Amino acid sequence: MTQQGVRWTADQVLALAPDTASRKAGSKLGAAGPWSEAGSSEEGTVWGLCKGSGSKPYRTVIDIADSTGPAYKCSCPSRKFPCKHALGLLLLWAGEDGAVPRGQAPDWADEWIEGRRKRADDKRAEDAAGSASAGDPEAARRRAERRAEAITAGASELEQRLTDLLRGGLASAEQRGYGLWEETAARMVDAQAPGLAARVRELGAIPSSGPGWPVRLLEECALLHLLDQGWLRRAALPDALAATVRYRIGLPGSADGPPVRDRWLVLAQYDTADSRLTTRRIWLYGTESGRTALLLSYGAAGRAPELTLPVGLSLEAELSAYPGAGQLRAALGERFAAPAPTEFRPPGVDVARAVARYGEALRDDPWLSSRPVTLARVIPTPDGDDWQLADADGEFALPLTPAARSRSGLWRLVALSGGAPVTVFGECGHRGFSPLTAWPEGPGEAVTLC
Amino acid sequence: MTGTPAPTPGSTSAPGTTSAEASAGSHWEELVTVALLGTTRRAPSGVTSRGDAPAALLDAAAVETVRRRAGMRPGRAAARIEPAAEDARPALPPAAARRLTMLLADRPGAGSGGRRGTAPDLMELLPQWLATANRQGFAAPPQALPALLDAARGRTDIRPAVLAFAGPRALWLARLNADWRFALRAAPGGGAVLPGPEEPERMRALWEEGLFAERVALLAAVRARDAGAARDLLSGTWASERAEDRLMFLDSLRTGLGAADEPFLERALADRSRNVRATAAELLSALPGSALAGRMAERAESCVAIDHTHGTHTTPTIAVEAPHECDSGMERDGVVVKAPAGRGERSWWFGQLVEAAPLGTWSRRLGGRTPEEIVALPVADDWQDELHAAWCRAAVRQRDPSWSRALLGTSAAPEAGGPGAVSLAERAKLLGTLSAEERAGWVAGFIAVHGLSEAFQLLGVCAVPWTGPLGRAVVDALNIARDAGSYPWSFSGVMGLAERCLDPAEAVRLEGLTAVPDESENAAPGAGGYWAESFQRLVTTLRLRAAIQTELTQR
Repeated sequence: MTQQGVRWTADQVLALAPDTASRKAGSKLGAAGPWSEAGSSEEGTVWGLCKGSGSKPYRTVIDIADSTGPAYKCSCPSRKFPCKHALGLLLLWAGEDGAVPRGQAPDWADEWIEGRRKRADDKRAEDAAGSASAGDPEAARRRAERRAEAITAGASELEQRLTDLLRGGLASAEQRGYGLWEETAARMVDAQAPGLAARVRELGAIPSSGPGWPVRLLEECALLHLLDQGWLRRAALPDALAATVRYRIGLPGSADGPPVRDRWLVLAQYDTADSRLTTRRIWLYGTESGRTALLLSYGAAGRAPELTLPVGLSLEAELSAYPGAGQLRAALGERFAAPAPTEFRPPGVDVARAVARYGEALRDDPWLSSRPVTLARVIPTPDGDDWQLADADGEFALPLTPAARSRSGLWRLVALSGGAPVTVFGECGHRGFSPLTAWPEGPGEAVTLC
Repeated sequence: MTGTPAPTPGSTSAPGTTSAEASAGSHWEELVTVALLGTTRRAPSGVTSRGDAPAALLDAAAVETVRRRAGMRPGRAAARIEPAAEDARPALPPAAARRLTMLLADRPGAGSGGRRGTAPDLMELLPQWLATANRQGFAAPPQALPALLDAARGRTDIRPAVLAFAGPRALWLARLNADWRFALRAAPGGGAVLPGPEEPERMRALWEEGLFAERVALLAAVRARDAGAARDLLSGTWASERAEDRLMFLDSLRTGLGAADEPFLERALADRSRNVRATAAELLSALPGSALAGRMAERAESCVAIDHTHGTHTTPTIAVEAPHECDSGMERDGVVVKAPAGRGERSWWFGQLVEAAPLGTWSRRLGGRTPEEIVALPVADDWQDELHAAWCRAAVRQRDPSWSRALLGTSAAPEAGGPGAVSLAERAKLLGTLSAEERAGWVAGFIAVHGLSEAFQLLGVCAVPWTGPLGRAVVDALNIARDAGSYPWSFSGVMGLAERCLDPAEAVRLEGLTAVPDESENAAPGAGGYWAESFQRLVTTLRLRAAIQTELTQR
């Protein structure tokens, strides 16, 4: 592959920025001006000296081939990660032909890379040794038992609250407001059942969510009841469904599925944040296996999660699935090459098939709110104040979710289509379709919509 | 059915609803009703024991919820929208497309306010990027259109360039999003293509029935293509146009103004509207061969003479005798009778006569002298300011470089050559009549002698990129300002211009200025560091502009 071939796009580089300020600052450093002695190596290292306000230039080095995502090192005092110099250098590398020539890394860059690779090897060896003698199994078993007891107590308490609610009627829930749910959610946190806590917290927002709220509240109460009952009777469930219940309750699983090596196309990457945590979701598609997988990565509030995979690139790597029926979550194992651009596009289905796939997925996981799917040849179409994705060659359409209607990505999708068919990857669920990435009908790069 | 989830569940959209589905729908509705009221008020059907009722209700609702979700069907497609018109222009080279993404990412309000530091101001480079892309005839990447339209929404100055680049699909989008309606207002006919010369029928129909904005756009387009055809179009409906419309249409004749327009303009001198008359007179006076210009020359000449008796015989002096009245003939030729407050009416009339008289008149009238010689003549009785200012206006209106040159004088002169009456704004206008190279040379000379504090307005009229001598003059002057110990933000206006206008090839010569100098005794504290930062930003911006140029021009 030529050097041009493995470079990223500006969008892909800018996606690494931890916040808008860094994105802006990094963009400004993406030109030759402040940089000197910049270079890149065959192995995926990019380095350069950036002139700052001080007398000594900052030394910036990036390892884009690292198995855990790009790694950065810069002598600047910034606590942003990656800092604007790292972003600027990557933009320079992505943008201008010959601005970052192939060459021999200087000693200061080499030292860091060597150190990193050695530490990574040590850790791998340690892990291998560690899994052989994983602490004290007896103590771990006792801990798990105590937690299960706490969850059982929490689930029973939650069942009691739900039956009280329905005895008195949902209409009264509207008057009691948010506080009740907050308190119940806190009890579920105490019971070490974060999955239950999150669902309870969402219940609190429903009574103020507009027309039709009693239907939505009853649906969510019923599914919460189903989850409680699933936990309380988990011993009687098939193994795969029991694993799904444990995952939905919020018990950590381990990705112990067999590793699957493939060229994984990065379909989408987006972050959601609450007051404590930023959650990054990355959807991958195995170009050989045809499997769709989800990677999750977390960062403390206000900080970007570390794992970043630019949309439209593909990476050759091993993925291991987490347990549970209908679960697509996987963990990223060994990577065999740096992410590289690809012409590959995921095969798509029509609107009716997409809806049916969600219905089928509910068989394995009734708590599923959406399923990833690629729609082929759909046209974004206005429908009153709403938007839908309509089959170009049929009569059916999927409405967009309320959240998707208010995102700026909607307009990028509409602009890309121009009233003509496009291919759209997104999440299809009972609230509608949430578009995440689109491809034009003709040649063209993936366009991110989230 | 109330509150169905977004994609319609089975029971509503199916054309032939079975009775089983209908009863399922009513079962769910009953569950919702019971849940709302509470099981103490109403028992769900099929439950006997009061104590089990809530749990039984939740069981049944869970089954129904999953059943409803699993049975979802897609809805009907709404009416298709008309697809956007094809954009036949070639796509941007990949590197240029990436650059556009970066420029658009630097939107105001996107973090980091305050001091500018060493980083270039990317948004300021967007106009140049757009101009180059439009010159090269590239199509905009569709996915960039929302960001482009948002940028143009906040900045009216870049709207024309953005809309030209954005092409037909942007107008298609603007019809779907109220935030971008401005694009439809700016584009004639909401973006419909103007009829060309091969469609006389459509052209005639649009001219006669179109909206005002469409008609202005049509007239301007025709005028640029075929001046006579535009005049014919206009004179056909002239009598029936409203006064303010006549004014706007008349204005479009400035493009390609020529002797053939004289009869039409001469008729417009008798217009009912005073503003139309004034504009017609102004246009005629810009045609030195016109009858009006001749009449004005005659009037102006009668006011100005060489007076050999006034001074010594070796230095002839210009004597001015301003008109004593403004007769109806003068008024018909566009002279405004009423002087503004604070101005004598005789000098007011005099100024208008000289301004409208062809400049060629004066050489003949004043003994065959050249413009330089005439401007150098002393003027009696304090009429010099009035006379020279009127000549400046005439030189600008008639776009006469030799008179402009004479009035500007040499740039190194103490008050920059020109007569005291010539303000910086007028000098800038005079410079506009000279060739780009001569203009740059004059401003370079001005800066070398007078420095940068007065130069901002003059630099604004110079062609981009600046010529070598001009660029060197600016950089040298900045260097001198730095050595003098002042802070760079006193020159931020010129710095900003330099970032946008200096030839990118100058970046090499600027490298030496980006180092932080040793603090000298008389310098303002810390100024050296700030200057180094400013020069770094200048160099970085120039590099960026060079990259932009390369990305957009290499195919």
